[in-house]
Amino acid sequence: MKRRTLLASAAFAASLGTAAFAQDPTKACFVYVGPIGDGGWTYQHHQGALALKEEYGDKVEIAWQESVPEGSDAERVLTQMALSGCNIIFTTSFGYMDATNAVAAKFPDIKFEHSTGYKREHPNVSTYNARFYEGRAVVGHIAGKMTKTNKIGYIGSFPIPEVIMGINSYFHHAKMANPDVELVVTWAYTWFDPAKEADAARAMLDQGVDVITAHTDSTAPLAEIGKEDGNAWGFGQASDMAAFMTNDDGTPGPRVASIIDEWSPYYIKRVGALMDGTYEQIDSWAGMPEGEVVIGEMNDAIPDDVKAEAQELIDAISSGEYHPFTGPINRQDGTPWLAEGETAEDGTLLGMDFYIEGIKGEIPQ
Amino acid sequence: MIKLEKRPQPSRLWTVLAPLLAVLLTMVVGGALFWFLGANPFEAIRTIFWDPLFDPQFAPFSRPQLLVKAGPLILIAIGLSIGFRAGIWNIGAEGQYIMGAICGAGAGLALYPSDSVLVFPLMILCGALGGWAWAMIPAILKTRFGTNEILVSLMLVYVAENILASMSSGLLRNPEGMGFPGSRNFKQWEAAHNAELIPNTGMHWGVVFAFICVIGVYVMLTRHIQGFNIRLTGDAPKAARFAGVSPARVVFLCLGLAGALAGLAGLFEVSGPAGQITIDFNSGYGFTAIIVAFLGRLNPIGILLAGLLMALTYIGGELAQLMLGVPGASIQLFQGMLLFFLLGVDVFTNFRIRLTKPELA
Repeated sequence: MKRRTLLASAAFAASLGTAAFAQDPTKACFVYVGPIGDGGWTYQHHQGALALKEEYGDKVEIAWQESVPEGSDAERVLTQMALSGCNIIFTTSFGYMDATNAVAAKFPDIKFEHSTGYKREHPNVSTYNARFYEGRAVVGHIAGKMTKTNKIGYIGSFPIPEVIMGINSYFHHAKMANPDVELVVTWAYTWFDPAKEADAARAMLDQGVDVITAHTDSTAPLAEIGKEDGNAWGFGQASDMAAFMTNDDGTPGPRVASIIDEWSPYYIKRVGALMDGTYEQIDSWAGMPEGEVVIGEMNDAIPDDVKAEAQELIDAISSGEYHPFTGPINRQDGTPWLAEGETAEDGTLLGMDFYIEGIKGEIPQ
Repeated sequence: MIKLEKRPQPSRLWTVLAPLLAVLLTMVVGGALFWFLGANPFEAIRTIFWDPLFDPQFAPFSRPQLLVKAGPLILIAIGLSIGFRAGIWNIGAEGQYIMGAICGAGAGLALYPSDSVLVFPLMILCGALGGWAWAMIPAILKTRFGTNEILVSLMLVYVAENILASMSSGLLRNPEGMGFPGSRNFKQWEAAHNAELIPNTGMHWGVVFAFICVIGVYVMLTRHIQGFNIRLTGDAPKAARFAGVSPARVVFLCLGLAGALAGLAGLFEVSGPAGQITIDFNSGYGFTAIIVAFLGRLNPIGILLAGLLMALTYIGGELAQLMLGVPGASIQLFQGMLLFFLLGVDVFTNFRIRLTKPELA
């Protein structure tokens, strides 16, 4: 706050004798890649923004812009946000990475937070992501226990480390729950395209796959799985997708559980730090222990003993006593990756470009 | 009774008046829309149309951005307008834009990290060729097999999008990008960067090309025999055939030009403002340009103005979202209204209203 406004507001407060601190609110701005009503990725970020506003009330002002394309428009939108007086700007999609760093260079006094990226070219750029593979471990375990055909499926978006990490974690835990399990991966080459996602789910169902998780954001796969009338199951992705938890007739719906991205703790923590002056540049990769990855309520399609096992797994990951990538784990070609009891390093996970042993097929190049 | 009566000649007055009236109607109805959304309609209209140009806080930045946003729109729309005049409906400029960007960027990246001055001209050439080649597919299919170019060119957009996804996560992927999709960033490679020619003006080579095309196409349509042939084919196809104009040649010319210009726009965008090939770096310019072409009455000067107006609604629309909290979809609705009213008001160019007394039965 400028000295002049401080004096003015002090005088103002004194003259009225009532008004609380007439401090300028901290303005937090959010750039979204999709519409806030997408029911998945962007929706969850926006819920985080609303939670932030809820937490700090009048001390924080939020503004956002939805459906911002990741091409040349991002840089313009970010610059306009910076000019409009935002103090901290959260850019919530990987594709904003270069634009975020370019604009951050021009506005050193404004904090930028880029989600899922790795470039921090300036002191005012931080990055944040969540350990979604922890959630994949839990749904992988459930998938391994639930499958009757011993074939489980994964709808991949793009063959990038984030997704490969998820596939490996899902399969590793399904395999531990059920040694006979086989994994089918279908690449949709999109983050959000209900028609393509439904096609991918249908193709796998027709091959006899009966439990599917998706790395894409729409509810279309769940709708497709629902057509199997209780013979196939799926999971909510990014948000809870609770609408698919129970069918209209009261029977359990196709969504047996979900992996929820919960950004509220992070947004509240970072804006809080900015306000009390403890803000520092960071690279955050938090997960279940911090409450950023949450497993949604399990429905009654899951047998009670499996529910209990899944809950144990959640508790073990949340307390930090279990890492989902704990050896022995071999690479796909049979060479050792992690020895007995060894856990994966973050660096290896963030650049993961190989499948673990037992997964058939190749990563597309 | 109100009766519509066809004018013997399109009204010159209404040709000029229709776009203005359409903008005015959009402001009124759009204002009402914002009012229903809980925003002050006058403030919303001011934020969209005035602030990007004159607000001291935003204008110094957003004024040059108008050119950056309008450049590719104008370039593509100019190419499309030639075909539209001849009755050749290329709806797939988005695909040609993508293929131009991929070919141009690919040609450049193959030479990385050369600092030769020839890198950028080569990229420009390959960009134009890429767009041209993609547009030749519907042209050949149309002239050989009589397929419908609307369907073929549109479907090829989706093919191009898939090629783009594959390229950005495969062949053109940045080898230093930790496995993430997306090419190297051209902004960090001087020889291939389509930078601003004069700082803080928004002027880059794409904008320069757009201006050149406006003038070039204006001259071609008014002074050159090819322009005459194109207009004749559109207005009176039979007469054109009698005059010895080959319909196939016009198809190749129109689609080829539109494809090449869209390809150029893609290349300038990817090597400049966008910076890199990514999975979805295309943001609908090829489709928006169709609106721009019609908003500008398929006239080069009109397209120039329409492109700038469209850019203004984008930039102003972003400001309105940010400052007034109106949803993004309302801005798209607002832009859609503009085309809707234009087409509606257009009736008065070719028809006039006659008030007649009701006839007694």
